[in-house]
Amino acid sequence: MSLHTLTIKELRNKLTAKEISPKDIVESLVKRIDSVDGKIKGYLRVNAKDAFAQAEKADISKPLGGIPIAIKDNIAVSDEGCTCSSKLLENYVSPYDATVIRKLKEAGAVLLGRTNLDEFAMGSSTENSAFGRTHNPWNLDCIPGGSSGGSAAVVAADEAIAALGTDTGGSIRQPAALCGCVGLKPTYGRVSRYGAVAFASSLDQIGPFTKTVEDSALVMNVISGYDQMENTSRPVDVPDFTKSLNAGIKGLRIGIPKEYFIDGMDKEVQTAVKKAIDWYAANGAEIIDVSLPNTEHAISVYYIVATAEASANLARFDGVRYGRRSPDGTDSINSYSKTREQGFGSEVKRRIILGTYVLSSGYYDAYYNRAQKVRQLLRRDFTEAFKKCDVILTPTSPTAAFKAGEKSDPLSMYLADIFTIAVNLAEVCGISIPCGFTSTNLPIGLQLIGSHFDEPRLLLAAHGYEQGHDWFKKKPSL
Amino acid sequence: MQYEAVIGLEVHAQVKTNTKMFCGCKNEYGGEQNTHVCPVCLGLPGALPTPNVEAIRQTILTGLMLDCRIAEVCKFDRKNYFYPDQSKNYQITQFDMPLCIGGGVVLDKYAFPKEVQKEAYAAEGKKIRLNRIHLEEDVAKSFHFDSESGIDFNRCGTPLMEIVSEADMRTPEEAFAYLTTLKRILNYGNVSDADMEKGQMRCDVNISVRPVGQEKFGTKCELKNLNTISGARRALAYEIQRQIEVVSKGGTITQETRRWDDATGQTYVMRSKENAHDYRYFPDPDLLPVRTDKGLKIEAEAKMPELPHKKKDRYINELQLSEYQAEVLAADKALADYFELAVSGTKHGPAIANYLINEFLATEPDTANILIPAKHFAQLADLVANGKINSKQAKEVLVDMLSSHEEPVKIVEKKGLAQVTDLGALETFCDEAIAANPKSVADYKSGKLGAINALKGFVMKKTKGQANPALIDEILQKKL
Repeated sequence: MSLHTLTIKELRNKLTAKEISPKDIVESLVKRIDSVDGKIKGYLRVNAKDAFAQAEKADISKPLGGIPIAIKDNIAVSDEGCTCSSKLLENYVSPYDATVIRKLKEAGAVLLGRTNLDEFAMGSSTENSAFGRTHNPWNLDCIPGGSSGGSAAVVAADEAIAALGTDTGGSIRQPAALCGCVGLKPTYGRVSRYGAVAFASSLDQIGPFTKTVEDSALVMNVISGYDQMENTSRPVDVPDFTKSLNAGIKGLRIGIPKEYFIDGMDKEVQTAVKKAIDWYAANGAEIIDVSLPNTEHAISVYYIVATAEASANLARFDGVRYGRRSPDGTDSINSYSKTREQGFGSEVKRRIILGTYVLSSGYYDAYYNRAQKVRQLLRRDFTEAFKKCDVILTPTSPTAAFKAGEKSDPLSMYLADIFTIAVNLAEVCGISIPCGFTSTNLPIGLQLIGSHFDEPRLLLAAHGYEQGHDWFKKKPSL
Repeated sequence: MQYEAVIGLEVHAQVKTNTKMFCGCKNEYGGEQNTHVCPVCLGLPGALPTPNVEAIRQTILTGLMLDCRIAEVCKFDRKNYFYPDQSKNYQITQFDMPLCIGGGVVLDKYAFPKEVQKEAYAAEGKKIRLNRIHLEEDVAKSFHFDSESGIDFNRCGTPLMEIVSEADMRTPEEAFAYLTTLKRILNYGNVSDADMEKGQMRCDVNISVRPVGQEKFGTKCELKNLNTISGARRALAYEIQRQIEVVSKGGTITQETRRWDDATGQTYVMRSKENAHDYRYFPDPDLLPVRTDKGLKIEAEAKMPELPHKKKDRYINELQLSEYQAEVLAADKALADYFELAVSGTKHGPAIANYLINEFLATEPDTANILIPAKHFAQLADLVANGKINSKQAKEVLVDMLSSHEEPVKIVEKKGLAQVTDLGALETFCDEAIAANPKSVADYKSGKLGAINALKGFVMKKTKGQANPALIDEILQKKL
């Protein structure tokens, strides 16, 4: 029996029926990792010994008891590294748990290992990692998407049952689409950010990678909720997200924003998404045309707001209190410069410089202030659209996975997130689920967007589609 | 040409709270280095701030005491600059929406340096307008050794108010009075201990000079490292002189930041305007704005203390204290509290004030921790008022009480000081006095009324000073 191929739901059934033990699952996964991760390179570190020790103690009466989960390496776990795929934090060890980690531990989950990412979550291909790129399980020459490419790849390759990632502009949904798994970006404030190394504080959210929508709901049940350690987390009720999954899509109003179906979109992606729309229509959902008129400004707004926040968030990495300090510094300020010059990769530097620029005296109003105003308009777009529909349907990414090294200029890389970033700017929730394959056997993702804190309806819409299709059963051959 | 100085002050005062501004670490002076720290105040990867509502309330209370308008929303911004004493390389502060706006500090005559209190300008009651008060987090403390430096993060993240005045001061003495008055008010509200020696209150100064009568401000310099109120006065006096010398010789003042060195008594250039920072302020996305107009402001209003000048007026009008007595007591919140405890239920305000000011304060007590029960002072005043002891004896009792902490009645007993009020005994002594001093009696009868003092002295001597003088006077007059 290949336990590593199963879902949380399936494993939990076997565990509670005492057919298997948590150790069996870890064993199966460790073998799988040994055999395929040399090709995928989704993990930065796997601590098998520790995973077995956790499995030994795992309380299977807990909601995620005995389920191994991989963690993106920008989320703090006590006594573990948290490199953010940066040379600067290569030897840093976190003395505390992120809130989501505390919750996972309390729910009995087994923390299996740490996954690769674009340095400080800045990128869409997981090529910007100081520790080497991650490969797409469906085609090793292709990128897995990013920035949570490691988490997406290990779930798609059955090297983990589920994983956590972070999503600032699409960093969960886009790699989920490109690797053919389910990735959820919760509503801003739904999941505590405490312990996730901040890239852009007003956009970041932690969310799950899973093999099915139901598994996504199971992880959300554990990680959601108000946190007094996190000021922007919201004191809203956390429902049992699995409860509404089977309510059915009949009568569900699905909005199709015309701005997301643009020229230049990959034909196969377009076809797959159109087919999904037809399926919804055929199964009783109501298809409604909606407009998100400020969509064209989303990328510009994003790269101003996100880089501005990042320029301050990443200022703490100076080598004084922790992290790798350059030995070449001649005085304190020079030591900062050298540490950051040698410690950060070029994409991180590019964004810090951009963010510093847009906040500079004389430019603040023209860039940052203006971007915040346009962000309000984008938010209003979604509020208006959700008056007419329950969920919005779009492609997750304009293309399937592309070849490593293919997008060498930053701007074309930035466009990979064109369909996902408005969701972060509007602080609503979004999910990517598999909706087909290209002729070259690469997964295609469908994005569903829900209103603020409307994850139950979002999951319902995704689950309904998933139940009508077999895409999630297809596995890459490795 | 005559010049005048234009002075504005930026005062940083640590807010008195249980915990730090954005984390649960203790807000406490001292402590072993780097023990009051956590992931948040150390700026570890992933750690996030949460606002301390107590600090916001304390700052609102400060604003209320200083007559400020309170902003409806408390919003925080990031101020970006690299420096080792900051754990995040940005400081969480308030930029365009300070918590308190406007307000002012009225300079009290007795807040001026002693030697100028008699000058007319000290009595003017000049109001120094405030620009704003905002709330921010303090930075860590750096230590420099031979070849390396160390940083103690215990202070990092403690709540700090920045109280910014308008450029309304014209002399170092006004600045002195401003700081003294401000410190007093902060102590009154229990919002800050404001001890400059402990770095709980720090002060930066903006100063320029201009010819008297000219409206336009001169080029200003900023002075840093003013560690005491008298140091600030000295620094200003020096800097005014320096600037006047430059200007009167036809030179120009360069806009710069200067450091005061109390040891040499001079200011030195730290950095010029050209090297000024661009702090790239922007709203902190980790912190939601906090509403103040509902609960927080109401809670602060409930904590509003009686302010020093109001207390002083009450002491004069209701407790019949002299202006001087009222000022001395009201100047020290702890002493005033003690005084009120002693005086409560009695009518001995002036007497107790007198004991406290003339005898007790001379012992240089720690007024925050007075060991003598307040009611002892009331008892002492009672003994005098009831004629049990006279004022000369009272002083003797007081001196004993200040060192022994014993009850006045016990001391009176111990020393055998009870005043002779036995009429029979006194009448006998008076008869003796009259018999022994015929000349004084004759003088008195011939109209030299002062001659009675010799007879009184005789009786006092006989009673070893323990007779009630008023009583003797009465008996003698009757007999004569």
